[in-house]
Amino acid sequence: MRRRDLLLAVLALAAVWYLLALIVNQPILPTPWVVAVTFVQELGRGLVGHFLASLWRVVASTLLAVALAAPAGIALGQFRRADRFFAPFIYLLYPVPKVVLVPVVLLFLGVGNLPKIIIIFMILFFQVLVLVRDQAAALRPELIQSVRSLGAGRRALFRFVYIPASIPAILTALRQSVGTAVAVLYVAELFATQQGLGYYIYLNGSTLFNYPAMYAGVLAMSLLGLGLYFGVDGLERWLCPWQKKR
Amino acid sequence: MIRLEKVTFRYPEGGPVFQDFSWQVERGEAWAVLGPSGCGKSTLLALLAGLIFPTDGRVLVDGQPIVRPRPRTGLIIQDYGLLPWATVRQNVELGLRIRRFYGPDGTHAPRGERPAPHVQPWLERLGLAEIADNYPGQISGGQRQRTAIARTLALFPDLLLMDEPFSSLDAPTREDLQRLTLELLPEQQLTLVLVTHAIEEAAVMGRKILLLKRPPNTAALVVENPNAHQPGYRETAQYQRLCRELRERLEAQ
Repeated sequence: MRRRDLLLAVLALAAVWYLLALIVNQPILPTPWVVAVTFVQELGRGLVGHFLASLWRVVASTLLAVALAAPAGIALGQFRRADRFFAPFIYLLYPVPKVVLVPVVLLFLGVGNLPKIIIIFMILFFQVLVLVRDQAAALRPELIQSVRSLGAGRRALFRFVYIPASIPAILTALRQSVGTAVAVLYVAELFATQQGLGYYIYLNGSTLFNYPAMYAGVLAMSLLGLGLYFGVDGLERWLCPWQKKR
Repeated sequence: MIRLEKVTFRYPEGGPVFQDFSWQVERGEAWAVLGPSGCGKSTLLALLAGLIFPTDGRVLVDGQPIVRPRPRTGLIIQDYGLLPWATVRQNVELGLRIRRFYGPDGTHAPRGERPAPHVQPWLERLGLAEIADNYPGQISGGQRQRTAIARTLALFPDLLLMDEPFSSLDAPTREDLQRLTLELLPEQQLTLVLVTHAIEEAAVMGRKILLLKRPPNTAALVVENPNAHQPGYRETAQYQRLCRELRERLEAQ
Protein backbone atom coordinates (compact mmCIF):
# COMPACT_ATOMS: atom_id res chain seq x y z
CA MET A 1 0.00 0.00 0.00
CA ARG A 2 1.35 3.40 -0.95
CA ARG A 3 1.26 6.51 1.17
CA ARG A 4 -0.47 8.46 -1.60
CA ASP A 5 -3.32 5.93 -1.75
CA LEU A 6 -3.73 6.15 2.00
CA LEU A 7 -3.88 9.93 1.86
CA LEU A 8 -6.47 9.81 -0.92
CA ALA A 9 -8.57 7.40 1.15
CA VAL A 10 -8.40 9.78 4.13
CA LEU A 11 -9.54 12.67 1.94
CA ALA A 12 -12.36 10.61 0.45
CA LEU A 13 -13.62 9.56 3.88
CA ALA A 14 -13.46 13.18 5.07
CA ALA A 15 -15.45 14.22 2.00
CA VAL A 16 -18.18 11.63 2.70
CA TRP A 17 -18.29 12.76 6.31
CA TYR A 18 -18.57 16.38 5.19
CA LEU A 19 -21.48 15.61 2.82
CA LEU A 20 -23.28 13.62 5.52
CA ALA A 21 -22.82 16.49 7.97
CA LEU A 22 -24.32 18.91 5.43
CA ILE A 23 -27.31 16.62 4.80
CA VAL A 24 -27.98 15.87 8.47
CA ASN A 25 -27.37 19.48 9.46
CA GLN A 26 -27.68 18.87 13.22
CA PRO A 27 -25.29 19.56 16.14
CA ILE A 28 -24.86 15.79 16.67
CA LEU A 29 -22.88 15.54 13.42
CA PRO A 30 -20.46 18.45 13.04
CA THR A 31 -18.35 18.76 9.91
CA PRO A 32 -14.81 17.34 9.84
CA TRP A 33 -13.47 20.86 9.76
CA VAL A 34 -15.19 21.83 13.02
CA VAL A 35 -14.00 18.60 14.63
CA ALA A 36 -10.44 19.17 13.44
CA VAL A 37 -10.38 22.66 14.92
CA THR A 38 -11.88 21.37 18.18
CA PHE A 39 -9.38 18.53 18.22
CA VAL A 40 -6.48 20.97 18.10
CA GLN A 41 -8.06 23.18 20.77
CA GLU A 42 -8.82 20.21 23.03
CA LEU A 43 -5.23 19.05 22.81
CA GLY A 44 -4.36 21.98 25.05
CA ARG A 45 -7.32 21.27 27.37
CA GLY A 46 -6.45 17.81 28.54
CA LEU A 47 -7.08 15.58 25.52
CA VAL A 48 -3.37 14.79 25.40
CA GLY A 49 -3.53 13.53 28.97
CA HIS A 50 -6.51 11.31 28.21
CA PHE A 51 -4.75 10.00 25.10
CA LEU A 52 -1.60 9.18 27.06
CA ALA A 53 -3.61 7.45 29.80
CA SER A 54 -5.27 5.22 27.20
CA LEU A 55 -2.01 4.64 25.34
CA TRP A 56 -0.31 3.59 28.55
CA ARG A 57 -3.05 1.09 29.35
CA VAL A 58 -2.84 -0.54 25.93
CA VAL A 59 0.95 -0.60 25.83
CA ALA A 60 1.28 -1.92 29.37
CA SER A 61 -1.24 -4.70 28.78
CA THR A 62 0.42 -5.58 25.47
CA LEU A 63 3.84 -5.84 27.05
CA LEU A 64 2.43 -7.88 29.92
CA ALA A 65 0.58 -10.21 27.54
CA VAL A 66 3.62 -10.78 25.33
CA ALA A 67 5.91 -11.26 28.32
CA LEU A 68 3.67 -13.97 29.79
CA ALA A 69 1.98 -15.53 26.77
CA ALA A 70 4.98 -15.88 24.44
CA PRO A 71 7.09 -18.06 26.79
CA ALA A 72 3.99 -20.03 27.75
CA GLY A 73 3.15 -20.55 24.08
CA ILE A 74 6.69 -21.67 23.30
CA ALA A 75 6.60 -24.10 26.21
CA LEU A 76 3.23 -25.54 25.19
CA GLY A 77 4.41 -25.86 21.58
CA GLN A 78 7.48 -27.70 22.73
CA PHE A 79 6.13 -30.00 25.44
CA ARG A 80 3.33 -32.07 23.96
CA ARG A 81 2.25 -33.40 27.33
CA ALA A 82 1.74 -29.95 28.84
CA ASP A 83 -0.12 -28.92 25.71
CA ARG A 84 -2.45 -31.93 25.97
CA PHE A 85 -3.23 -30.93 29.55
CA PHE A 86 -3.89 -27.24 28.87
CA ALA A 87 -5.44 -27.45 25.40
CA PRO A 88 -9.02 -28.10 26.60
CA PHE A 89 -8.83 -25.16 29.00
CA ILE A 90 -7.52 -22.84 26.32
CA TYR A 91 -10.14 -24.18 23.93
CA LEU A 92 -12.88 -23.25 26.39
CA LEU A 93 -11.49 -19.89 27.54
CA TYR A 94 -10.20 -18.52 24.23
CA PRO A 95 -13.62 -17.76 22.69
CA VAL A 96 -15.13 -16.27 25.86
CA PRO A 97 -15.71 -12.57 25.03
CA LYS A 98 -13.51 -11.03 27.68
CA VAL A 99 -15.36 -7.71 27.52
CA VAL A 100 -18.28 -9.23 29.47
CA LEU A 101 -15.86 -9.70 32.34
CA VAL A 102 -15.30 -5.94 32.68
CA PRO A 103 -17.75 -5.54 35.62
CA VAL A 104 -16.33 -8.62 37.34
CA VAL A 105 -12.74 -7.48 37.04
CA LEU A 106 -13.72 -4.01 38.24
CA LEU A 107 -15.47 -5.53 41.24
CA PHE A 108 -12.40 -7.47 42.20
CA LEU A 109 -9.66 -5.00 41.32
CA GLY A 110 -11.49 -1.75 41.91
CA VAL A 111 -10.51 1.64 40.47
CA GLY A 112 -7.24 2.63 38.90
CA ASN A 113 -5.29 1.40 35.91
CA LEU A 114 -4.87 -2.22 36.94
CA PRO A 115 -8.35 -3.57 36.11
CA LYS A 116 -8.28 -1.91 32.68
CA ILE A 117 -4.85 -3.31 31.94
CA ILE A 118 -5.96 -6.76 33.10
CA ILE A 119 -9.00 -6.78 30.81
CA ILE A 120 -7.00 -5.97 27.70
CA PHE A 121 -4.28 -8.31 28.86
CA MET A 122 -6.77 -11.19 28.97
CA ILE A 123 -7.73 -10.63 25.35
CA LEU A 124 -4.18 -10.32 24.08
CA PHE A 125 -2.87 -13.13 26.26
CA PHE A 126 -4.97 -15.85 24.64
CA GLN A 127 -4.42 -14.51 21.15
CA VAL A 128 -0.63 -14.47 21.57
CA LEU A 129 -0.61 -17.78 23.45
CA VAL A 130 -2.51 -19.68 20.78
CA LEU A 131 -0.59 -18.28 17.81
CA VAL A 132 2.85 -18.70 19.41
CA ARG A 133 1.98 -22.21 20.56
CA ASP A 134 0.91 -23.24 17.06
CA GLN A 135 3.99 -21.62 15.56
CA ALA A 136 6.32 -23.40 18.00
CA ALA A 137 4.56 -26.72 17.43
CA ALA A 138 4.84 -26.26 13.67
CA LEU A 139 8.64 -26.01 13.76
CA ARG A 140 9.86 -29.07 11.89
CA PRO A 141 11.64 -31.64 14.06
CA GLU A 142 14.31 -31.83 11.35
CA LEU A 143 15.10 -28.15 11.89
CA ILE A 144 15.39 -28.63 15.65
CA GLN A 145 17.59 -31.70 15.20
CA SER A 146 19.93 -30.03 12.78
CA VAL A 147 20.36 -27.04 15.10
CA ARG A 148 20.94 -29.44 17.98
CA SER A 149 23.61 -31.15 15.90
CA LEU A 150 25.40 -27.79 15.77
CA GLY A 151 25.74 -28.04 19.53
CA ALA A 152 22.59 -26.25 20.66
CA GLY A 153 21.10 -27.32 23.98
CA ARG A 154 17.77 -26.11 25.30
CA ARG A 155 18.99 -22.59 26.09
CA ALA A 156 20.49 -22.06 22.65
CA LEU A 157 17.39 -23.52 20.99
CA PHE A 158 15.35 -20.90 22.80
CA ARG A 159 17.71 -18.12 21.85
CA PHE A 160 18.29 -19.07 18.21
CA VAL A 161 15.15 -20.95 17.20
CA TYR A 162 12.09 -20.62 19.41
CA ILE A 163 12.27 -16.91 20.17
CA PRO A 164 12.92 -15.72 16.62
CA ALA A 165 10.32 -18.19 15.33
CA SER A 166 7.67 -16.77 17.65
CA ILE A 167 8.19 -13.09 16.78
CA PRO A 168 6.05 -13.26 13.60
CA ALA A 169 3.35 -15.09 15.56
CA ILE A 170 3.41 -12.42 18.29
CA LEU A 171 3.11 -9.65 15.72
CA THR A 172 0.28 -11.43 13.89
CA ALA A 173 -1.51 -11.86 17.20
CA LEU A 174 -1.08 -8.16 18.02
CA ARG A 175 -2.21 -7.10 14.55
CA GLN A 176 -5.34 -9.22 14.90
CA SER A 177 -6.18 -7.97 18.37
CA VAL A 178 -5.29 -4.27 18.27
CA GLY A 179 -8.80 -3.35 17.13
CA THR A 180 -10.48 -5.46 19.80
CA ALA A 181 -8.10 -4.16 22.44
CA VAL A 182 -8.96 -0.52 21.72
CA ALA A 183 -12.68 -1.33 21.60
CA VAL A 184 -12.50 -3.04 24.97
CA LEU A 185 -10.37 -0.21 26.31
CA TYR A 186 -13.24 2.13 25.51
CA VAL A 187 -15.70 -0.02 27.44
CA ALA A 188 -13.30 -0.41 30.36
CA GLU A 189 -12.75 3.34 30.55
CA LEU A 190 -16.45 4.00 30.94
CA PHE A 191 -16.21 2.77 34.52
CA ALA A 192 -14.45 4.02 37.61
CA THR A 193 -12.00 6.42 36.01
CA GLN A 194 -11.64 10.08 35.06
CA GLN A 195 -8.71 9.49 32.74
CA GLY A 196 -8.66 8.01 29.27
CA LEU A 197 -10.33 8.53 25.93
CA GLY A 198 -13.29 6.30 26.76
CA TYR A 199 -14.15 8.51 29.71
CA TYR A 200 -13.53 11.65 27.67
CA ILE A 201 -15.80 10.58 24.80
CA TYR A 202 -18.60 9.50 27.13
CA LEU A 203 -18.33 12.64 29.24
CA ASN A 204 -18.51 14.99 26.28
CA GLY A 205 -21.16 13.00 24.41
CA SER A 206 -23.60 12.08 27.18
CA THR A 207 -23.03 14.55 29.99
CA LEU A 208 -21.70 17.81 28.53
CA PHE A 209 -23.34 17.38 25.11
CA ASN A 210 -20.23 18.92 23.58
CA TYR A 211 -20.44 17.03 20.29
CA PRO A 212 -17.40 18.50 18.54
CA ALA A 213 -15.29 17.56 21.57
CA MET A 214 -16.82 14.09 21.60
CA TYR A 215 -15.83 13.65 17.96
CA ALA A 216 -12.37 14.95 18.77
CA GLY A 217 -12.18 12.10 21.30
CA VAL A 218 -13.41 9.60 18.70
CA LEU A 219 -10.76 10.92 16.35
CA ALA A 220 -8.10 10.55 19.07
CA MET A 221 -9.20 6.99 19.76
CA SER A 222 -9.10 6.16 16.05
CA LEU A 223 -5.63 7.63 15.86
CA LEU A 224 -4.65 5.49 18.84
CA GLY A 225 -5.85 2.32 17.12
CA LEU A 226 -4.33 3.34 13.82
CA GLY A 227 -1.02 4.28 15.46
CA LEU A 228 -0.82 0.92 17.22
CA TYR A 229 -1.61 -0.85 13.96
CA PHE A 230 1.10 1.09 12.14
CA GLY A 231 3.44 0.36 15.03
CA VAL A 232 2.91 -3.38 14.65
CA ASP A 233 3.39 -3.03 10.89
CA GLY A 234 6.66 -1.16 11.41
CA LEU A 235 7.89 -3.71 13.93
CA GLU A 236 7.11 -6.47 11.46
CA ARG A 237 9.07 -4.79 8.69
CA TRP A 238 11.95 -4.24 11.09
CA LEU A 239 11.98 -7.64 12.80
CA CYS A 240 10.78 -9.93 10.02
CA PRO A 241 12.40 -8.71 6.82
CA TRP A 242 12.54 -12.29 5.56
CA GLN A 243 8.74 -12.41 5.31
CA LYS A 244 8.42 -9.29 3.20
CA LYS A 245 11.06 -10.15 0.66
CA ARG A 246 9.60 -13.51 -0.25
CA MET B 1 36.49 -43.31 14.44
CA ILE B 2 33.08 -44.96 14.86
CA ARG B 3 32.34 -48.19 16.67
CA LEU B 4 28.98 -49.75 17.18
CA GLU B 5 29.22 -52.50 19.79
CA LYS B 6 26.30 -54.92 19.83
CA VAL B 7 23.82 -52.11 19.38
CA THR B 8 20.14 -52.84 19.79
CA PHE B 9 17.68 -50.08 19.05
CA ARG B 10 13.92 -50.14 19.06
CA TYR B 11 11.38 -47.33 18.89
CA PRO B 12 8.78 -47.31 21.68
CA GLU B 13 6.30 -48.91 19.31
CA GLY B 14 7.48 -51.74 17.06
CA GLY B 15 10.25 -54.28 16.94
CA PRO B 16 13.99 -53.70 16.96
CA VAL B 17 15.53 -51.82 14.03
CA PHE B 18 19.01 -53.03 15.00
CA GLN B 19 19.79 -56.07 17.08
CA ASP B 20 23.29 -56.88 18.34
CA PHE B 21 24.56 -54.83 15.44
CA SER B 22 28.30 -54.16 15.31
CA TRP B 23 30.06 -51.99 12.78
CA GLN B 24 33.26 -50.02 12.52
CA VAL B 25 34.42 -46.97 10.57
CA GLU B 26 38.06 -45.88 10.42
CA ARG B 27 39.17 -42.24 10.36
CA GLY B 28 39.19 -40.77 6.86
CA GLU B 29 36.92 -43.40 5.34
CA ALA B 30 33.98 -42.53 3.12
CA TRP B 31 30.95 -44.70 3.74
CA ALA B 32 27.61 -44.85 2.02
CA VAL B 33 24.74 -46.50 3.86
CA LEU B 34 22.28 -47.93 1.36
CA GLY B 35 18.90 -49.51 1.87
CA PRO B 36 15.18 -49.30 1.15
CA SER B 37 13.02 -46.91 3.11
CA GLY B 38 12.23 -48.14 6.59
CA CYS B 39 15.47 -50.12 6.83
CA GLY B 40 16.88 -47.97 9.62
CA LYS B 41 19.31 -45.78 7.66
CA SER B 42 18.20 -42.56 9.26
CA THR B 43 17.99 -44.27 12.65
CA LEU B 44 21.63 -45.29 12.27
CA LEU B 45 22.61 -41.72 11.47
CA ALA B 46 20.60 -40.32 14.39
CA LEU B 47 22.42 -42.79 16.67
CA LEU B 48 25.77 -41.58 15.35
CA ALA B 49 24.68 -37.95 15.71
CA GLY B 50 23.69 -38.45 19.35
CA LEU B 51 20.08 -37.47 18.72
CA ILE B 52 18.80 -40.87 19.88
CA PHE B 53 20.46 -43.55 22.01
CA PRO B 54 20.71 -47.33 21.76
CA THR B 55 18.36 -49.48 23.77
CA ASP B 56 21.30 -51.74 24.39
CA GLY B 57 24.99 -51.78 23.43
CA ARG B 58 27.28 -48.80 22.82
CA VAL B 59 27.94 -46.25 20.12
CA LEU B 60 31.49 -44.89 20.32
CA VAL B 61 32.80 -41.99 18.27
CA ASP B 62 36.46 -41.14 18.61
CA GLY B 63 36.63 -43.59 21.52
CA GLN B 64 33.90 -41.79 23.51
CA PRO B 65 30.43 -43.22 24.11
CA ILE B 66 27.84 -40.90 22.59
CA VAL B 67 25.55 -39.32 25.17
CA ARG B 68 24.67 -36.08 23.34
CA PRO B 69 25.42 -34.48 19.96
CA ARG B 70 29.19 -34.36 19.64
CA PRO B 71 30.66 -30.91 18.86
CA ARG B 72 32.94 -32.19 16.12
CA THR B 73 30.29 -34.17 14.27
CA GLY B 74 28.50 -32.33 11.46
CA LEU B 75 25.03 -33.34 10.32
CA ILE B 76 23.53 -32.50 6.93
CA ILE B 77 19.89 -33.42 6.34
CA GLN B 78 17.69 -33.63 3.27
CA ASP B 79 15.59 -30.55 3.93
CA TYR B 80 18.60 -28.41 4.88
CA GLY B 81 17.50 -27.42 8.39
CA LEU B 82 18.08 -23.73 7.71
CA LEU B 83 16.48 -20.98 9.78
CA PRO B 84 13.98 -19.31 7.43
CA TRP B 85 14.31 -15.96 9.23
CA ALA B 86 18.08 -15.77 8.86
CA THR B 87 20.08 -14.84 5.78
CA VAL B 88 22.52 -17.25 4.17
CA ARG B 89 25.36 -15.55 6.02
CA GLN B 90 23.54 -15.68 9.36
CA ASN B 91 22.69 -19.34 8.80
CA VAL B 92 26.31 -20.14 8.07
CA GLU B 93 27.27 -18.27 11.25
CA LEU B 94 24.72 -20.12 13.38
CA GLY B 95 27.03 -22.87 14.62
CA LEU B 96 29.70 -20.33 15.53
CA ARG B 97 27.18 -18.18 17.39
CA ILE B 98 25.98 -21.21 19.32
CA ARG B 99 29.61 -21.95 20.26
CA ARG B 100 30.15 -18.39 21.42
CA PHE B 101 26.85 -18.56 23.31
CA TYR B 102 28.11 -21.45 25.44
CA GLY B 103 31.84 -20.79 25.31
CA PRO B 104 34.29 -23.68 24.94
CA ASP B 105 32.72 -25.81 27.67
CA GLY B 106 33.62 -29.21 26.19
CA THR B 107 29.93 -30.15 26.02
CA HIS B 108 28.45 -27.91 23.35
CA ALA B 109 31.74 -26.82 21.85
CA PRO B 110 35.20 -28.38 21.88
CA ARG B 111 37.18 -27.32 24.92
CA GLY B 112 39.95 -24.80 24.34
CA GLU B 113 38.80 -23.89 20.85
CA ARG B 114 38.13 -20.36 19.69
CA PRO B 115 35.52 -20.33 16.94
CA ALA B 116 36.59 -18.72 13.69
CA PRO B 117 35.75 -15.01 13.74
CA HIS B 118 33.94 -14.95 10.41
CA VAL B 119 32.54 -17.18 7.73
CA GLN B 120 33.45 -15.27 4.59
CA PRO B 121 36.00 -17.90 3.43
CA TRP B 122 33.30 -20.56 3.65
CA LEU B 123 30.81 -18.45 1.74
CA GLU B 124 33.40 -18.07 -0.98
CA ARG B 125 34.52 -21.70 -0.98
CA LEU B 126 30.93 -22.86 -1.45
CA GLY B 127 30.01 -20.20 -3.98
CA LEU B 128 27.57 -18.40 -1.68
CA ALA B 129 29.26 -14.99 -1.40
CA GLU B 130 26.92 -13.38 -3.95
CA ILE B 131 23.74 -14.53 -2.23
CA ALA B 132 24.97 -14.15 1.34
CA ASP B 133 22.28 -11.58 2.20
CA ASN B 134 19.38 -13.56 0.74
CA TYR B 135 16.97 -15.61 2.82
CA PRO B 136 16.56 -19.37 2.35
CA GLY B 137 13.15 -18.77 0.77
CA GLN B 138 14.81 -16.80 -2.01
CA ILE B 139 17.47 -19.28 -3.15
CA SER B 140 17.49 -22.64 -4.93
CA GLY B 141 17.57 -26.05 -3.27
CA GLY B 142 21.19 -26.57 -4.28
CA GLN B 143 22.16 -23.22 -2.77
CA ARG B 144 20.30 -24.10 0.41
CA GLN B 145 22.21 -27.35 0.75
CA ARG B 146 25.47 -25.49 0.08
CA THR B 147 24.51 -23.14 2.91
CA ALA B 148 23.91 -26.10 5.22
CA ILE B 149 27.28 -27.59 4.25
CA ALA B 150 29.08 -24.27 4.82
CA ARG B 151 27.38 -23.95 8.22
CA THR B 152 28.62 -27.39 9.22
CA LEU B 153 32.14 -27.01 7.83
CA ALA B 154 32.61 -23.65 9.55
CA LEU B 155 32.76 -25.66 12.79
CA PHE B 156 35.66 -27.75 11.45
CA PRO B 157 34.08 -31.17 12.01
CA ASP B 158 36.09 -34.38 11.68
CA LEU B 159 33.02 -36.51 11.05
CA LEU B 160 30.38 -35.59 8.49
CA LEU B 161 27.01 -37.31 8.62
CA MET B 162 24.72 -36.79 5.64
CA ASP B 163 21.12 -38.00 5.54
CA GLU B 164 19.82 -38.15 1.95
CA PRO B 165 21.52 -34.78 1.42
CA PHE B 166 20.93 -34.49 -2.32
CA SER B 167 17.67 -36.40 -2.76
CA SER B 168 15.45 -33.41 -3.35
CA LEU B 169 17.80 -31.79 -5.89
CA ASP B 170 17.68 -32.10 -9.68
CA ALA B 171 20.27 -34.31 -11.35
CA PRO B 172 22.86 -31.69 -12.45
CA THR B 173 22.76 -29.97 -9.06
CA ARG B 174 23.01 -33.32 -7.32
CA GLU B 175 26.11 -34.35 -9.27
CA ASP B 176 27.61 -30.93 -8.72
CA LEU B 177 27.19 -31.20 -4.96
CA GLN B 178 28.41 -34.80 -4.91
CA ARG B 179 31.57 -33.60 -6.65
CA LEU B 180 31.95 -30.74 -4.21
CA THR B 181 31.54 -33.05 -1.22
CA LEU B 182 34.18 -35.41 -2.61
CA GLU B 183 36.56 -32.47 -2.99
CA LEU B 184 35.93 -31.34 0.57
CA LEU B 185 36.58 -34.74 2.18
CA PRO B 186 40.39 -34.75 1.79
CA GLU B 187 40.56 -30.95 1.96
CA GLN B 188 38.96 -30.91 5.45
CA GLN B 189 40.18 -34.38 6.51
CA LEU B 190 36.66 -35.59 6.97
CA THR B 191 35.26 -39.00 7.71
CA LEU B 192 31.99 -39.41 5.82
CA VAL B 193 28.88 -41.44 6.50
CA LEU B 194 26.27 -40.70 3.85
CA VAL B 195 22.83 -42.29 3.97
CA THR B 196 20.98 -42.75 0.71
CA HIS B 197 18.31 -44.85 -0.97
CA ALA B 198 19.86 -44.21 -4.41
CA ILE B 199 22.16 -46.98 -5.66
CA GLU B 200 24.07 -44.63 -7.97
CA GLU B 201 24.74 -42.17 -5.19
CA ALA B 202 26.04 -44.90 -2.88
CA ALA B 203 28.33 -46.14 -5.66
CA VAL B 204 29.69 -42.65 -6.35
CA MET B 205 30.11 -41.48 -2.77
CA GLY B 206 31.00 -44.58 -0.76
CA ARG B 207 34.41 -46.22 -0.86
CA LYS B 208 32.69 -48.66 1.42
CA ILE B 209 29.00 -49.35 1.28
CA LEU B 210 26.95 -50.60 4.20
CA LEU B 211 23.82 -52.42 3.05
CA LEU B 212 20.85 -52.37 5.37
CA LYS B 213 17.81 -54.55 4.87
CA ARG B 214 14.38 -54.80 6.38
CA PRO B 215 14.71 -54.68 10.20
CA PRO B 216 16.00 -56.12 12.36
CA ASN B 217 19.54 -55.59 11.07
CA THR B 218 21.81 -57.99 12.87
CA ALA B 219 25.05 -57.97 10.85
CA ALA B 220 26.85 -55.32 8.80
CA LEU B 221 26.80 -56.25 5.09
CA VAL B 222 29.71 -54.35 3.58
CA VAL B 223 30.52 -53.89 -0.11
CA GLU B 224 34.00 -52.59 -0.95
CA ASN B 225 34.23 -49.91 -3.62
CA PRO B 226 37.88 -48.82 -3.52
CA ASN B 227 37.96 -46.98 -6.83
CA ALA B 228 35.13 -44.60 -6.06
CA HIS B 229 36.13 -40.88 -5.96
CA GLN B 230 38.44 -41.36 -8.97
CA PRO B 231 37.71 -38.96 -11.80
CA GLY B 232 35.42 -40.48 -14.42
CA TYR B 233 34.48 -43.40 -12.17
CA ARG B 234 30.84 -42.99 -13.16
CA GLU B 235 31.70 -43.99 -16.74
CA THR B 236 33.64 -47.18 -15.92
CA ALA B 237 32.42 -50.75 -16.36
CA GLN B 238 33.35 -51.40 -12.74
CA TYR B 239 30.87 -48.77 -11.59
CA GLN B 240 28.15 -50.31 -13.77
CA ARG B 241 28.95 -53.74 -12.36
CA LEU B 242 28.79 -52.45 -8.81
CA CYS B 243 25.45 -50.77 -9.37
CA ARG B 244 24.08 -54.04 -10.81
CA GLU B 245 25.41 -55.99 -7.85
CA LEU B 246 23.94 -53.53 -5.33
CA ARG B 247 20.59 -53.64 -7.11
CA GLU B 248 20.55 -57.44 -7.07
CA ARG B 249 21.46 -57.58 -3.42
CA LEU B 250 18.79 -55.06 -2.49
CA GLU B 251 16.17 -56.92 -4.49
CA ALA B 252 17.20 -60.28 -3.04
CA GLN B 253 16.17 -59.18 0.45
